[in-house]
Amino acid sequence: MTTRWRIFLPWIVPVLFFLAWDLLAHFGHADPRFLPSLEQVGGRAVAEWRDEDLLGHVLASLQRAGIGFGIGGAAGLALGLVIGLAPLLQRLLGPLLLVHRQIALFAWIPLLSMWFGGGEAGKLAFISLAAFQPVLTNTWQGVANIPGKFRELAAVLTFSRIDTVRLVALPAALPSIFTGLQSALIYAWVATIGAELFLNVAPGIGGRMNEGQQLFKMDLLLLCVVLMGGIGLLLNQAATLLQARLLRWRTA
Amino acid sequence: MTEAPGLEILGVSKRFHVAGGAVQALSDINLTARRGEFLALVGASGCGKSTLLRLILGLDTDYDGRILVDGQPVLRPGLDRGMVFQEHRLLPWLTVTGNVAAALRQSRLGQAEKRDLVAQHLDLVGLTRFATAYPSQLSGGMAQRVAIARALVNRPPFLLLDEPLGALDALTRLRLQDELKRIVSDGGITAVLVTHDVDEAVYLANRIAVMHPNPGRIAAILPVTDSVERDRSEPEFIRLRDTVLGLLGVREGTGRRAAADVDRRVAA
Repeated sequence: MTTRWRIFLPWIVPVLFFLAWDLLAHFGHADPRFLPSLEQVGGRAVAEWRDEDLLGHVLASLQRAGIGFGIGGAAGLALGLVIGLAPLLQRLLGPLLLVHRQIALFAWIPLLSMWFGGGEAGKLAFISLAAFQPVLTNTWQGVANIPGKFRELAAVLTFSRIDTVRLVALPAALPSIFTGLQSALIYAWVATIGAELFLNVAPGIGGRMNEGQQLFKMDLLLLCVVLMGGIGLLLNQAATLLQARLLRWRTA
Repeated sequence: MTEAPGLEILGVSKRFHVAGGAVQALSDINLTARRGEFLALVGASGCGKSTLLRLILGLDTDYDGRILVDGQPVLRPGLDRGMVFQEHRLLPWLTVTGNVAAALRQSRLGQAEKRDLVAQHLDLVGLTRFATAYPSQLSGGMAQRVAIARALVNRPPFLLLDEPLGALDALTRLRLQDELKRIVSDGGITAVLVTHDVDEAVYLANRIAVMHPNPGRIAAILPVTDSVERDRSEPEFIRLRDTVLGLLGVREGTGRRAAADVDRRVAA
């Protein structure tokens, strides 16, 4: 197969999927109330855009995800670096953080809504927590697993502590940190929708889904699902591109 | 007037504790290298030659005996001792320039002087054209040249080499041997080379310490007289090489004859 064709490969299955969906909706025996056609969903998208400020809802969700990602990511990065570089702290905090890892994310929702309320604060607390975990784990592991030969080199070159972090530890852990940040971005996005669905009603894609469920607008629900997936995919692609740029030395 | 020896290793013994037992890695090592001397340590794997280098570097200070550099005991790594590892150990996220400049982080020189030093040492190893390349873009020989530049950029009086050419192909190795020889002798550097390549040791060193394992100890110290002239086809070069190989137990017959030879040389 030529390279010209290869770039279409990832599109084949999604296109077939949507085609199958539409065919099923039109010619199958699916109940249109449960499986609206693509046209219906598209029509809903236009109506939402015009009458319900769809863009505003999307931006509200993105903003929430962004703030949570920022708070949780920064906290995870800082704590991960400190723990990874200080064996004593690793001993002290390691077990607790390991337990924290075992707790399903959504199990925090009841607790956080008690502590922070169901409004914006509670939502952001939940999203931050979601972003915190993967960044913390990956930064910590990345820094703790710096090859011994590089630690030795830092000793031979009589690096100061700051230089050791700046020139050796941080860049060595960067690929791992990026893996964490990329996961955190997706976690934050998923948690945003979760917070909007399960906590107080507010502008956002999750809020629209609530309405779709309550008013039995199946096309609205499906539209939101497609939007969630699409935006998540875009976020992921953006993170991958950024990573490739910042880690040029790996492929240079 | 007698000049103080540059490097003195006095009665050094080192034990490692592994799995409940103790392994004697080095036993009563006595060795000196005068200023400007090129000393080679040869021996089979496990004879403790790399361990000895780590002690001279100051990476490990848990041993018996004393190691003096310019009369001062070694307490920690220092910029007076440049080091080249077997693998180039360049930081992959820094360019060639960045890697060499990294060795100057603790130097008190000004920025301009540092830049000059880096440029000068890249020129010394012939890699000026690759100043902005990343290590992954270099061949093994080029990467090792960068590592040599990094080890020398502080102008250290001592250069420690741990099988620096061991991972390179034969042709590159011969070329880099010539370069090393030129750089070390031009710079008046005191060099300690750990190698298991006897040919390399005879070609580069002024003196060769042959080490035996279990426990790591010095079996013989052979001077490489200037008359050997470092021409690999010289009969005397070949004879010395065979002597060292014999001491390492590679050729039985020559080994015994060689041992007698060594006694005479050491006595002389």
